[in-house]
Amino acid sequence: MKSAARLFFSIVSFVVAGSCQSWAQSKIVVSGEANGAIPVALSGFTGEVAEVLQFDLFVQGFKIVARDRAQFLISGSNAGNVQGRVTLAFGDGGAASTPLLSKSYTGGSLRRQAHAFADDIVSATTGRKGIGQTRIALKVDTGANSEIYVADFDGHNAQAVTRDNTIVAAPTWVPGKLALYYTSYKLGNPDIFRHDLGNGQRDAVARYSGLNTSAAVSPDGSKVAMILSKSGSPDVYVCNADGSGLKQLTTMREDESSPCWSPDGQWICFAGKKDERRSLWKVPASGGSPQRISTAGVSNPTEPDWSPDGKLIVFTSMGRYFSVCTVPASGGEATVLADGEDPSWAPNSRTVVYTRRVSGGRRLSLLDVPTKQTKDASRISGNNSQPSWAK
Amino acid sequence: MAIGLALTFMATGCKKTPIILTNLKNRPSPVGDGGPGTGGTFTPGPGGSGPGGGPTADWPEGDYNPNRIIFNQHIVHFDFDSHVVKSSEKGHVQAVANELSSNAAAKLVIEGHCDERGTDEYNRALGERRALALREELAGLGVDPMRIKTKSFGKDQPVDPGQNEAAYAKNRRGEFILMTPK
Repeated sequence: MKSAARLFFSIVSFVVAGSCQSWAQSKIVVSGEANGAIPVALSGFTGEVAEVLQFDLFVQGFKIVARDRAQFLISGSNAGNVQGRVTLAFGDGGAASTPLLSKSYTGGSLRRQAHAFADDIVSATTGRKGIGQTRIALKVDTGANSEIYVADFDGHNAQAVTRDNTIVAAPTWVPGKLALYYTSYKLGNPDIFRHDLGNGQRDAVARYSGLNTSAAVSPDGSKVAMILSKSGSPDVYVCNADGSGLKQLTTMREDESSPCWSPDGQWICFAGKKDERRSLWKVPASGGSPQRISTAGVSNPTEPDWSPDGKLIVFTSMGRYFSVCTVPASGGEATVLADGEDPSWAPNSRTVVYTRRVSGGRRLSLLDVPTKQTKDASRISGNNSQPSWAK
Repeated sequence: MAIGLALTFMATGCKKTPIILTNLKNRPSPVGDGGPGTGGTFTPGPGGSGPGGGPTADWPEGDYNPNRIIFNQHIVHFDFDSHVVKSSEKGHVQAVANELSSNAAAKLVIEGHCDERGTDEYNRALGERRALALREELAGLGVDPMRIKTKSFGKDQPVDPGQNEAAYAKNRRGEFILMTPK
């Protein structure tokens, strides 16, 4: 791992240079916080830049602490533009003389620069790719009608991408592309449309009688799974990206909902009911018998989303309250993580955006699955729900 | 051995492209496996066998005038998380069947609704299941299911925005809309 090599190099060079403190006295803080968060100290940043750094790091499994508890020191300034350094910290308050990262950022807004710096902090300290510059789509409703919005992953810079004064639902991204599928009642019925955000072109993909909803695009973008009721009951179907070549995948008499794809494109996971019991299921994308995915310990699982690394399925458990839970993709014990619903994975396979009910409506929140740290996203005026993270 | 690389990083902000929206054209379903009945395995027998009364109907709503008043005393209510048409509600279904049998040119739209205690897409499917259950009941009473369309609104259109059981009970419903030819 690149950052581990850099870390090692920093330590070795520090020892070789023999500066400041002797090796024998220095203690490298290896353990993180009790929840596994990586403790870091911030200094020199103010206002919006400080907020962005704190937010981005927190939802990716870091925790801002005092210098003497930190594993890494992040220092710099934002007068005019963002400049920052990341340095390995020692438990006794000292620090390595060689920074892991030292950069100056220009162009765009201070906010954009701060997000870029946050990504570089994540990369330098963990080797992982940051999510600071990613985006989400969501549904915003203000009363009877709703519109589809696209925003930064933290809820800022939100833009409406529809203006239809109707009901919309279930936006979902085409992987790697500036395009969405979503459900709209604009033509008098819940239908599924594909919307190219670059040129504004919209095309009907499923306009069958009855329900057309819950589109989910395959990882390679070539196919779409969806829920159609055209055979007399809401079932999982798959078709080509333009709606042609429709194939029915489930024939259960009860209602299926919320299909999602495995990252290898081989399976479609969905919520369904059989023998009076609601479960998560998976069915081969090319057709076959659905198999149950056990979610032991929680009831009524729905709205699954499969992590990009293939390991976990995040979903909503509908009980007395809604809970965001994860389960290993092969099934097993479910873990309850937060109050909320309708989760969507970030590309990093650890952060999840979901909907939280508050007095006065709904807003989006972010959860770091390994540390269970949560933080609300910026709220777009109205009810915010059904987020989809661009990957 | 201080290696302090000061790299200049161009963080160009995303240019905000103006939103161009195409109007959604009133086009039929795309080519390939077309509407209900093509390539399907259902053969609706008398009374419309299969869940929901068999494959969904496909007549153009634009050719009909909706009448929401005529059946507004016959809203059917459902139990929590259920699409079962209770015996207490069957009188309403009979009233609708009676009107449809005496009005041969008319069609019907059944709207399915939910209370807010389910998640969005789960409720959208449940609302549809409720509408289809009512369609199945009507088919059992002799109404041709191909005259009946279903439309789910999930929990998007409550009649009562309250967050209590009384409000929830009102929202878990099926509504019948008579469609008369223009």
